[in-house]
Amino acid sequence: MTKLMEWLLGLSLIGVLWSIVTFDLLDLRISDQYLQVAWPLPIYLLVAFGCYSLAVVGYRVATFNDCETAAKELQEQIQEAKRDLQKKGLHF
Amino acid sequence: MIYCRTDFLHGVGIDIMASQMKTPKDSDKYSVLLPTYNERENLPLIVWLLVKYFSESGNKYEIIIIDDGSPDGTQDIAEHMQKIYGPDIILLRPREKKLGLGTAYIHGMQHASGNFIIIMDADLSHHPKFIPQFIRKQKESGYDIVSGTRYSGSGGVYGWDLRRKLISRGANFITQVLLRPGTSDLTGSFRLYKKEVLQKLIEKCVSKGYVFQMEMIVRAKQLGYSVGEVPISFVDRVYGESKLGGNEIVSFLKGLMTLFATT
Repeated sequence: MTKLMEWLLGLSLIGVLWSIVTFDLLDLRISDQYLQVAWPLPIYLLVAFGCYSLAVVGYRVATFNDCETAAKELQEQIQEAKRDLQKKGLHF
Repeated sequence: MIYCRTDFLHGVGIDIMASQMKTPKDSDKYSVLLPTYNERENLPLIVWLLVKYFSESGNKYEIIIIDDGSPDGTQDIAEHMQKIYGPDIILLRPREKKLGLGTAYIHGMQHASGNFIIIMDADLSHHPKFIPQFIRKQKESGYDIVSGTRYSGSGGVYGWDLRRKLISRGANFITQVLLRPGTSDLTGSFRLYKKEVLQKLIEKCVSKGYVFQMEMIVRAKQLGYSVGEVPISFVDRVYGESKLGGNEIVSFLKGLMTLFATT
């Protein structure tokens, strides 16, 4: 199953369950307090996911390692390499 | 740890700690594929670094340079490097013009004598010092693939501004949510593959560019291959000249959607 199919399946399942509860399709007679939470639940979850995404990406950008020492080391090694290769006959 | 006492030195009682010398398995050889285009400046440096780190680690290796008809004379430099280090270490597999990365790998692999293939960029953004770490990681758990990651552990980048980091992390996040690949860096191209695994994956992959690198890992997971990770530092000296524009972002999203719908 492709990822797209997995998502469609999952969303359909959630959609069906949500419809059953919100529109009372199976005559489940769920009490009002549960119905009040159930019907806006998809929107809540979407917003919650949006906030989570922003938080995670924000955190990862803030903690993205800056490889200063790696860059310096590379510069030094480039000089070393050039000197060694010139000895071996390469002209820069 | 192997601890052996040789009989003929019995009287002297000399114990030889054979395992002190970490001799790599004799049959393992690592072929480094270096597709190049206009890398006249960087090619000698990357080759020098590869030779340095491979010689220090004692592993058997070869470097295969696949130049796509660079107009700046990269091929001449490649030939000079072959004169310096010998045709056993430096193999030349040039092509006439710029063709795809996948075909470059296929072309390079045809004459590779290693049982492991290492792919990397030739512009010094990938540092050969990580290759011994890749090799160790692979031996640890017999991974089919070892991928360098910029996003996890001590991995990181040098030379990116805030905008670039944001786009990178954002794109990676969307990719993780949609594709759930099980690895942290999907667009990275610094990897170690078992030769037969790379061959199999190239057969199956249809995308181009960095989406191709993404597709390889996604398909690898589908086919049940194991992927290990090693944090790497990515030193970007090219970003200043080639900003990541709207076009690239759009083509990335298109590629991502295609993978989402077909894998």
